[in-house]
Amino acid sequence: MARLILRRILLGLIALIGAMLILFFLARAAGDPRYVFIGPEGKGIDPETWERLGRKLHLDKPVPVQFGFWVGSLLRGDFGDSITLQRPVLQVIREKAPNTIQLGMAAWVMGTLVGVPLGVFSATNRGRFLDYLFRGFAFAGQALPVFWVGIVLIFIFAAQLQWLPAGTRGEGFFINKNLILPAITLAWLPAAAYLRITRTAMLETMESEYVKFARAKGVGTQTLWWKHGFRNAIIPPLTLSAFVLFGLMNGAVIIETVFSWPGLGRLAIDALWASDFPLLAGITIIFGAAFVVGILLLDIVYAFLDPRIKYS
Amino acid sequence: MLAENTITYGLLRPLQFIRRYPVVPAVIIALLIFAAIFAPWIEPHNPIKADVLNRHTPPFWAEEGSAKFLLGTDALGRDVLSRIIGGARITMMVVAAAVTAGVLLGTTLGLVTGYFGGLIDDIVMRVVDAWSILPQLLIIIVIVLTFGQGLEILIAVLAMLSWPGAVRLVRAETLSLRSREYVSLAKVAGASHTRILLRHILPGVINLVIVTATLGTGTIILAEASLSFLGAGIPPPDPSWGKMVGDERQYVGAAWWATFFPGIAIAMVVMSGNFLGDWLRDHFDPTLRQL
Repeated sequence: MARLILRRILLGLIALIGAMLILFFLARAAGDPRYVFIGPEGKGIDPETWERLGRKLHLDKPVPVQFGFWVGSLLRGDFGDSITLQRPVLQVIREKAPNTIQLGMAAWVMGTLVGVPLGVFSATNRGRFLDYLFRGFAFAGQALPVFWVGIVLIFIFAAQLQWLPAGTRGEGFFINKNLILPAITLAWLPAAAYLRITRTAMLETMESEYVKFARAKGVGTQTLWWKHGFRNAIIPPLTLSAFVLFGLMNGAVIIETVFSWPGLGRLAIDALWASDFPLLAGITIIFGAAFVVGILLLDIVYAFLDPRIKYS
Repeated sequence: MLAENTITYGLLRPLQFIRRYPVVPAVIIALLIFAAIFAPWIEPHNPIKADVLNRHTPPFWAEEGSAKFLLGTDALGRDVLSRIIGGARITMMVVAAAVTAGVLLGTTLGLVTGYFGGLIDDIVMRVVDAWSILPQLLIIIVIVLTFGQGLEILIAVLAMLSWPGAVRLVRAETLSLRSREYVSLAKVAGASHTRILLRHILPGVINLVIVTATLGTGTIILAEASLSFLGAGIPPPDPSWGKMVGDERQYVGAAWWATFFPGIAIAMVVMSGNFLGDWLRDHFDPTLRQL
């Protein structure tokens, strides 16, 4: 168990250092890293700032030393200043992060609560109408482009029926009308993934010897499905949680743009359009760190839930 | 009795054929490839030339629609159908190049790491693991910000999305093939590593590679569409399905057709790709058939 966690922590560190290396060299792709601090119209920098930046980035020292200094400043929480907003990057990220977490959590809860039960029902109704219906729902969720789903939902529920607002965040963390459409859009893909994997896991478990034995013993259908089947089939959907977390973070970038949701994803796209490299790099590192920590936590939970992992 | 059965059988035959073979997805993919190759000749209008007098003309069945623009026009008066056909050409070029590059790289690395093991295996697998727990979409956006929009950049970043999966699958398969008797015998017979890899192991994993490539195509098409939607994909003025949705989304209340049809096109192609991939997987290896 300790070895597993240690290995996971090591992998997370490798990933983060890799991400930092990629960003570090991207900033130097144009030659002088100070170029990325010049605004889109070539404005926003004067000789003094240029010199000051050079000193701050330690450009007179060898490249590995520059990297070391940069990582050091990141660890101290100094992500530099955003070019367009003229404010510390970390401060901006801290402001917007709760909105992304809110949307991501809502979608995760929704995706799990819809996907897992539908997967079980699909398995128990295998080959019947409901099974095909739910699987069709999953198949569509994996093929429809999320940005398009968002726009279609806006068209139907905001523009035509005028039931729900088309965008922006609105008020309230948990109960919030503005949250409904983006959360549904973001939740469809994870719901589809949960549904498919839960269904397969359920069917595989029901084929196993111990379930057959329980049936032979005379265990009732409901007990058989829920106690013997579902309890053992829940492991594969749980492992999927890491990938779902992933999809949510990547999806947030797109969904927040569609629904004008003021979170980190939207901020990243604004940074792209404004050529704000420090801001975009900061968001990427924060997202990367969140991924690494999130997946580590999920691995630990998973190992506790399934003893087979702990001892392998 | 016999005659009756024969008749029923004869009537059912096309239906059974459709149930057994992925006819519909194959037709959609064939149409797509046809459109991609012959786009300049079958486009009813120029897909990138603006015609503001005809802006937001609805599809032909609507009251104000005209048969000149079958699926209507967008905010600049460009024909939606022509742009979908033109977009098919660019998208398919980019996606085919990206998938080929990614799968070639992934297969090579998978073969080498699975066959030789050791240090190179450790290094490559750690890179694959590390890359798959990073926010890839954001890193791609940073790359686009740094190098600017361009087809080559787009192909490169999309290939970056498709190689890790191929490495994992091919490596696992190579590991199991490596210990087979015929491989050991080839070694005893004095075959070189290259020969063993190319003549004895590659044929064993090629089916897997085809399935991976087919299933991965849908993901890459969606990724390309998302990037183009965000303004980080196919550079203007070339038409792209994702960009069509992105450009027209602000007018969705007034002209739904300009965002609706490109999205349908993406969904149909991705669904067909996924369906064909699943079918190929079952076809090559029925033991993998999903319950």
